Amino acid sequence: MTITTQSTGQPSVEVRDLVLKFGELTVLKNLNLDVYEGEFLVLLGSSGCGKSTLLNCIAGLLDVSGGQIFIKGNNVTWAEPSERGIGMVFQSYALYPQMTVEGNMSFGLKNQKLPKDEIAQRVARAAEILQIEPLMKRKPSALSGGQRQRVAIGRALVRDVDVFLFDEPLSNLDAKLRADLRVELKQLHQQLENTMIYVTHDQVEAMTLADRIAIMKDGLIQQLASPEEIYNRPANLYVADFIGSPSMNLIKGKLSGDTFDADGFAVSVAGYDFSRQPSSNEVWFGIRPEHVELGEGSGPHFEVTAEVVEPLGSDTLVMTRLGGERFWLRMDGQSRVTSGDKLTIGLPVHAVSLFDGRDETRL
Amino acid sequence: MATGKPIRLFRNLSSKIAAIPMILTVLFVFVGGTAWTVTYSFTSSKLLPKTKFVGLRQYERLWETERWLVSIENLMIYGLCSMVLSLLIGFILAALLDQKIRFENTFRSIMLYPFALSFIVTGLVWQWLLNPDFGIQKIINGLGFTSFEFNPLYNSDIVIYGVLIAGLWQGSGLVMVLMLAGLRGIDQDIWKASRVDGIPAWKTYLFIIIPMMRPVFITTLVLIASGIVKLYDLIVAQTGGGPGIASEVPAKYVYDYMFQGQNLGQGFAASTMMLLAVLIVIIPWAYLEFGGKKRG
Ligand SMILES: Nc1ncnc2c1ncn2[C@@H]1O[C@H](COP(=O)(O)OP(=O)(O)OP(=O)(O)O)[C@@H](O)[C@H]1O
Ligand SMILES: [Mg+2]
Repeated sequence: MTITTQSTGQPSVEVRDLVLKFGELTVLKNLNLDVYEGEFLVLLGSSGCGKSTLLNCIAGLLDVSGGQIFIKGNNVTWAEPSERGIGMVFQSYALYPQMTVEGNMSFGLKNQKLPKDEIAQRVARAAEILQIEPLMKRKPSALSGGQRQRVAIGRALVRDVDVFLFDEPLSNLDAKLRADLRVELKQLHQQLENTMIYVTHDQVEAMTLADRIAIMKDGLIQQLASPEEIYNRPANLYVADFIGSPSMNLIKGKLSGDTFDADGFAVSVAGYDFSRQPSSNEVWFGIRPEHVELGEGSGPHFEVTAEVVEPLGSDTLVMTRLGGERFWLRMDGQSRVTSGDKLTIGLPVHAVSLFDGRDETRL
Repeated sequence: MATGKPIRLFRNLSSKIAAIPMILTVLFVFVGGTAWTVTYSFTSSKLLPKTKFVGLRQYERLWETERWLVSIENLMIYGLCSMVLSLLIGFILAALLDQKIRFENTFRSIMLYPFALSFIVTGLVWQWLLNPDFGIQKIINGLGFTSFEFNPLYNSDIVIYGVLIAGLWQGSGLVMVLMLAGLRGIDQDIWKASRVDGIPAWKTYLFIIIPMMRPVFITTLVLIASGIVKLYDLIVAQTGGGPGIASEVPAKYVYDYMFQGQNLGQGFAASTMMLLAVLIVIIPWAYLEFGGKKRG
């Protein structure tokens, strides 16, 4: 099921056949993952799919039940977290509340018995990068959420490591701050060029930050690919449905020859780039709301009725019905559609995704 | 300003009215009783209180009495050891329990059982256990170690430590449960962060977790301290103050003089001294705790 594309550079983190169980519950099932040097990899998935568990295994905070983990070519499966060359940032910040910002950032280094001026130098550099110099003497309780998360990032930064692990670092922040910090994280990555593994369940974060996204479900990686690939060529029905808001329109029907047919709606898919033959004539037909063409285009076109109109400002979502299913369209924010209006739409075949009706993978 | 804010006295009026009985109780029973006691400590009251003032005579007599001096010394030894040891034992037990061991509930209950017993029962149990003819000494002698001697209750030099053992046995369970609650309240991510930072567990406890548990420690200290000052029934049940006067404590001194020695004035003077000692400890602490915050 796993589709891997774009393999550049040296692997920085390699996960081999990882199994993790909590008692009877198997959370990770023979999971494989390669993360390349300097790559920003995002683990994306719904709640409870095992993202944090995978990250904690890589960090060494959980003892694995099977499989191996390599970081920079070294087998670290049983190494202590501090010996793996990783830095980690948590959702709850996990700052040491009784220490100042400076204390938080330097405590681990002092413990490593690094020389004083080296510590001061590293802390000063991290503070400069993150622009938290004025806060150095404050306690975490006197900081805002965004500042706290910056300090937490700083604490990982001073460790001078190759791999950074982030577990939903922005999800406790308000929307505006989240967008700001997202940009800063991206700049930070461009500046440091470290490997970063970033867990989130926010699609926008994933699409904007990632070099590659790994979509997880039930302890397995469903697709590991660039954001464009994931968006344009989802590997299976789950990924197609998970990515995008509103998600891809999916209609189940029959494929006979070049014609897809579902409940009074038939469309030619001639020219579709099949990667394999369907296992039966049952297939899913999928197209994103924003890829539906308005008006009589070049390809086949249909008449639909707007049932619900949701103006979002920048664009307008329109719910219609096609092949007996709800069918969403994304239109220009300026278009004046009201419910009941008749619309003509085209379904360009290059934007269509077909999935096998049995195993639900991409055709 | 009549037009401005409502007068502060009338804010939350109903809750203030509800608190009146308690306030009156505190004023009359606590403050009134204390004032009365302090006043009569300057009189020569014997069996019944009377207002023949004799200045500081009761206090002079008090500080000349060997038994009072022994009581103070005992209380200091007991207090210091019990404070330090029960915190230490309680915290270590809690930290061990926090490692997600099996049978945690069972173990916690066992540790808490002694706390459900009264001091009188505790005292009697440990009187037997420490009795050289029935208890620990006898058992270990019976195992072949005939030279083993552990007989604190009949040795006036160490009798207070015999009492201390019973006190710790009774009180450590509660400290453990309080500490465990405190430990459980710590965000697990803190532990993860310190492991990633490579900080050894003992250092994490010492420099991160314990400072975070400050409120729990303060509550526990107050509980332990109030138990120490009240130390009375354990002594009565276990040693009766003996051998001789070797295990006397201030609360027993007060009780004996007021209700048995028929010397109210002396009892009042002793209890006033106890109050003074408590105030000397509490006032600087309260100043640090509450006064400091306004400035900072
Ligand atoms: N300590 C634990 N003991 C038992 N089960 C656990 C433990 N930690 C996690 N799980 C289970 O493992 C599964 C995966 O949890 P995990 O925390 O990795 O999810 P997640 O993908 O990070 O979700 P979220 O987005 O909500 O953080 C869940 O079903 C969870 O109930
Ligand atoms: Mg998680």
